[in-house]
Amino acid sequence: MDAVPISWYLMLSAFMFAMGVTGVVIRRNPIVIFMCIELMLNAANLAFLAFARQQAQLGVQVAGQVFVILVMAVAAAEVAIGLGIIVAIYRLRDTINVDEMNLLKF
Amino acid sequence: MNSVFDLIWVVIALPLAGFLFHAFFGKRVGKKADGTVGTAVVLGAFALSVYLLLELLRLPAEERQVVSTLWRWIEAGTFRVSFEALVDPLSLLMALIVTGVGGLIHLYSTGYMAEDEDYPRFFTYMNLFIVFMLTLVLSNNLLMMFVGWEGVGLCSYLLIGFWYRDKVNTDSANKAFIVNRIGDWGFMLAVILSFWTFGTLSFAGEENMFQKAIEMKQAGMLAPGVIAAIALLLFVGATGKSAQFPLYMWLPDAMAGPTPVSALIHAATMVTAGVVMVTRCHVFYELAPTAMLVVAVIGVFTAIFAATIAIAQTDIKRVLAYSTVSQLGYMFLGCGVGAFASGMFHVTTHAFFKALLFLGSGSVILAMHHEQDMRRMGGLAKYLPITYWTMLAGWLAIAGIPPLAGFFSKDEILASAFGTHALPVSMGQILWAVGLVTALLTAFYMTRLMGLTFWGEPRWATAHTAHHGKDDAHGHHGEPSESPPSMTIPLMILAVLSVVGGFVGGFAPLHIPNRFEAFLEPSAGLKVLGEEALGHLPVSIEWILVGASVAAAVLGIWFGWARYRAGLPENERELAGVRKVLYNQYYYDWLMVKGIGLWLGGKIAHWMWQFVDVRLIDGLVNGIAGFTGWTGNRLRRVQTGYVRNYAFTILIGAIVLLIWFLVRGASAGLTR
Repeated sequence: MDAVPISWYLMLSAFMFAMGVTGVVIRRNPIVIFMCIELMLNAANLAFLAFARQQAQLGVQVAGQVFVILVMAVAAAEVAIGLGIIVAIYRLRDTINVDEMNLLKF
Repeated sequence: MNSVFDLIWVVIALPLAGFLFHAFFGKRVGKKADGTVGTAVVLGAFALSVYLLLELLRLPAEERQVVSTLWRWIEAGTFRVSFEALVDPLSLLMALIVTGVGGLIHLYSTGYMAEDEDYPRFFTYMNLFIVFMLTLVLSNNLLMMFVGWEGVGLCSYLLIGFWYRDKVNTDSANKAFIVNRIGDWGFMLAVILSFWTFGTLSFAGEENMFQKAIEMKQAGMLAPGVIAAIALLLFVGATGKSAQFPLYMWLPDAMAGPTPVSALIHAATMVTAGVVMVTRCHVFYELAPTAMLVVAVIGVFTAIFAATIAIAQTDIKRVLAYSTVSQLGYMFLGCGVGAFASGMFHVTTHAFFKALLFLGSGSVILAMHHEQDMRRMGGLAKYLPITYWTMLAGWLAIAGIPPLAGFFSKDEILASAFGTHALPVSMGQILWAVGLVTALLTAFYMTRLMGLTFWGEPRWATAHTAHHGKDDAHGHHGEPSESPPSMTIPLMILAVLSVVGGFVGGFAPLHIPNRFEAFLEPSAGLKVLGEEALGHLPVSIEWILVGASVAAAVLGIWFGWARYRAGLPENERELAGVRKVLYNQYYYDWLMVKGIGLWLGGKIAHWMWQFVDVRLIDGLVNGIAGFTGWTGNRLRRVQTGYVRNYAFTILIGAIVLLIWFLVRGASAGLTR
């Protein structure tokens, strides 16, 4: 009945994850970096759901879906805090370019 | 923990209480109470020791070793050391000497130190010394013995430097302390090696190292080198504490302390600790014939070496100090030829007459207003009759005139040396001959001491006016006077002991059994070599030996009498030639302290500082720090501060991990 095999989902998930990683590494705008992180999280969610669906067909529990909801909640919290930090940094330094935030070095 | 012998702890606790009393209240209660308490606690301990001795004698001979445990002290793995006392003939004998002679000396001190402002401090140290000395002799294991050993060393140090305002005194105290460190090093190594070999340090009880040593020997598991090393290292400790060659040179300097200290610590008790320890560990020596030979040779060499030095000394206390070194050599000679009980017998009699002689010299010194040079004495017999007559007893006793105490013990040691089978027989006879010459020298220098001090014309009239002022309360100007009763009573008691003390030893030529030896049998009887090692001389030879030692004593006294009965011979007013060499103890002290101690020791210390400390240790420490710093400097470049870089690093790491898992999974799949 279901014609889409699990490998397709996983490939899409991997592609999204790789895009997210690339974005995090090369972009300088923290807002965009955040969006890329969202992308990675959602890639993970997609993988979760794909597996969960397959497991459901095997007649097992629905833990995958629960994890997804958990990840979404955590991501929302993270974004809320992260945006708060970004706003605070902007107020302090009039920029949010991450390349100028290198105070962590020696 | 419920026999009568647990009272042994009270014997130690009494002087300990005295020590605490003086330390905390000494200055408040006044001299009278101080002296009374200080003496009473020691005499109380003596009374208790006598009671315990009587109790011990009620037991059959083979049961006369009772262990009383106070608490478990150290417990690590199989290593167990308890705080426990061993009540046996040897320990009780020493306890009696320490508290008995010690009590008399405390009584004497109440008179001798009466004018001293630091009176409470003196009794604090003296009581503490008794505590540690009792710990030493009563302990049932080497480690607790070591505690006492170090404790008496401390008290000796404190009391030698008692009059600390004179730098000479503190220097002497330091010397005693430092020289003893060398000996203690040997003792400590012996303790470690004993534990390593036997797994126990106890003298008696279920698990004791002597029993174990004998068993291991029978099983052929005991390397002869190890047992010889233990015995010799213990003997190194003994040479330090008992002032034997080559570590004897602290004892003559120790005379800087108050005279009661010289009598108690440096003649009667602490310096004999080495003999006690060797006797206590006699099984080790029996198992190591080489070690016995070393003990005997060092003993007899020290005896004659110190006796020759004593001949030329001018300070009355230094004569006695070298005499002590010499007599201690006799005791080790006894131990070295296997006659451990004879060595202990000489410890006992020597405690009587040497304490007497020291206290007598203290009485003389006090009468002479702290003049100690015998060249400025003479003719004192008339002024100090009690001191004179009591010292006369001590003089004849140490010279070996029968039937005084010194004769019996010295003769027994010499006879044992002559007839020993523990060493090659000819060796024993050489030792005997040297010992005999020493006996002659002993009689000679003691006669010299008596002559210069008590006989002839007074030579102090002029000296006195130059030296008066320090202790004027002790005597009227011009005429020295006898000491107070608190000082003369101990002198009289010790004189009586010096006269009759030898009779407990029996007399082999007349077939009088040696009760002293029989009494010490459980502690000092030969356990490995067997009684035949002592040899049994025919009565005729015994008589010849006795004749020889009496002849030596009489000859020595006759030489001394001929030379010194009229006082100071003209050619001894200034020392020259051989006398000067002897006076300077063959320059040995000069060589050891200035030469080896300060020059060579300084060189070695300098090298240790420059090479070992500065280069090796500092180099290592700084090298490690430098390397860490250098690495850190390189690694810190990784920290860029760009979050992206960190994220990228994490990504790389994740990829590497992924590849690792994949490869491993693939290979696992292949092998499956």
